[in-house]
Amino acid sequence: MIWNTERECADRQQMQELQSRELAAMIRRMQENVPFYRDKFREEGIEPGDIRSVEQLKQLPFTTKADLRDNYPFGLFTVPQTDVVRIHASSGTTGKPTVVGYTQGDIALWAEVVARSLTMAGIHSGDTIQIAYGYGPFTGGLGLHYGAEMVGATVIPISTGNTKKQLQFMTDFKATILACTPSYAAHLGESILKEGISPADIRLRIGVFGAEPWTNEMRTEIEKLLSIKAYDIYGLSEVIGPGVSMECACQCGNHVFEDHFIPEIIDPETLEVLPDGALGELVFTTVSKEAMPLLRYRTRDLTRLHHGKCDCGRTLVRMEKCLGRTDDMLIIRGVNVFPSQVESVLMEMAETTPHYQLIIRRENNLDTMEIRVEINEENWSDSIRELEGIRRLIDHNIKSMLGIGAIIKLVEPNSIERSEGKAKRIIDERNKP
Amino acid sequence: MLIKQLSVFLEDRSGRLTELTRILAENDVNITALSVAETADYGIVRLVVGRPELAKVALEKAGFSIGLTEVVCVNMPDKPGSLYRILEILTDEKINIDYMYAFSNKAVALAVIRAADAAHVIEVLQQHRLQLLTQSDIYQL
Repeated sequence: MIWNTERECADRQQMQELQSRELAAMIRRMQENVPFYRDKFREEGIEPGDIRSVEQLKQLPFTTKADLRDNYPFGLFTVPQTDVVRIHASSGTTGKPTVVGYTQGDIALWAEVVARSLTMAGIHSGDTIQIAYGYGPFTGGLGLHYGAEMVGATVIPISTGNTKKQLQFMTDFKATILACTPSYAAHLGESILKEGISPADIRLRIGVFGAEPWTNEMRTEIEKLLSIKAYDIYGLSEVIGPGVSMECACQCGNHVFEDHFIPEIIDPETLEVLPDGALGELVFTTVSKEAMPLLRYRTRDLTRLHHGKCDCGRTLVRMEKCLGRTDDMLIIRGVNVFPSQVESVLMEMAETTPHYQLIIRRENNLDTMEIRVEINEENWSDSIRELEGIRRLIDHNIKSMLGIGAIIKLVEPNSIERSEGKAKRIIDERNKP
Repeated sequence: MLIKQLSVFLEDRSGRLTELTRILAENDVNITALSVAETADYGIVRLVVGRPELAKVALEKAGFSIGLTEVVCVNMPDKPGSLYRILEILTDEKINIDYMYAFSNKAVALAVIRAADAAHVIEVLQQHRLQLLTQSDIYQL
């Protein structure tokens, strides 16, 4: 089923006309209400009234996370504070949090795109959805919440953590849908096994997972653990939260709700717009948002866009699973390494679990990467020969995937801290004094 | 005749073995035999205890990962050549030993033997009238 056929299946011309109208209106709102944009347009010699077509988007300036920080907390709002009905903030790993405001219209828009997303995964009224994303300033919990109510599902707003209670609600309330981060989904799946809960008591059929990058191998693992079909929901709080793009049943990329969030792929070095199918940094322009629209916001996520037709009937452009963030990318001895690559290697091996951690150090001016891998609790041998065999196999597979060697350390099951929010996969000790 | 040996995967972290033995002590589990196999990064502790199932539950509750491995425990006279005789028998039968550990205290001399086909080991050693211990023998040691 398709939630909003008119928008999700619009032909390219209709979509571009809509985007052009919305873009012109957004530029006008920015010019009138926000000194930051007014100054920027003047500096770049842009006459806001001249912007009439989405084709002109590439002439407009970018917005970066640093701009959000410089205008902390409310400097980029285009509406008076009285119109703002909610504020979310993402925990900044460095410095100030990123603040996002929503009007009533924005909240309704958000519910709509999440409703579209859930419908895309086959979720409908009659489903019971356990929302194990954090509720609070993080956009995951409340973002999923209103969209799930909009499709008429029964919502269990349990938030994250408290695994015992998660399992109790999941079985007692017969949850059919689980929404959380993929690493927490894997953790719940393992806990079900450990608690010895009978598969008959778990009614889950679909998982909606996002908020951290995950690989297709991790998907397979989670689907097996929970006996569900797992879908990727993509979003970032700066744009709106979850519901920026979503996977359909074809699972050939995430459909971007481009009537609201216009995507572009740019070369992060030259800032040139790249053609369909080229790998680059994803950029969004949030044309219809009221409280805090963003112009060409650089997400730092690396992916590709595809405009080809999808078998599900939607015409919305698709983005591939993000390879990682430009700032997740590790440069180790001059080689680009994405944690997702390490994850795919580990997921393919039955002897290990989806839980790993990368520790990067600099010893004698040489970068070293240590990969800590939990052995599989169900499936470990007490023979050193076999364990060393596993270690060597990981070592070999990592080397052939990345082209550089790593130090593989086998660690006890459950010894790597489980994230109830986002997984802490990387510890980079190189810049520590 | 099969003895359930506890196998514990331990990271190379100080105090882990102490913690393990503390839990066994608190649960009144007696250790009959113990060996540690170590690599640079981790070790495997193998234990023959009086009540392996109880010990497994208690250790798992404390966050250890425990495997139960089937081993054979053979009682031999505490005099030169006893172990040689046993190993010669196993070699003749082309049984490959994964690992073993042994101890004696005059009253008993025991060898704990792990091989892929434990049932075969039992069969062979019994044919040679060697005394194998049962789980309840261990409990009474």
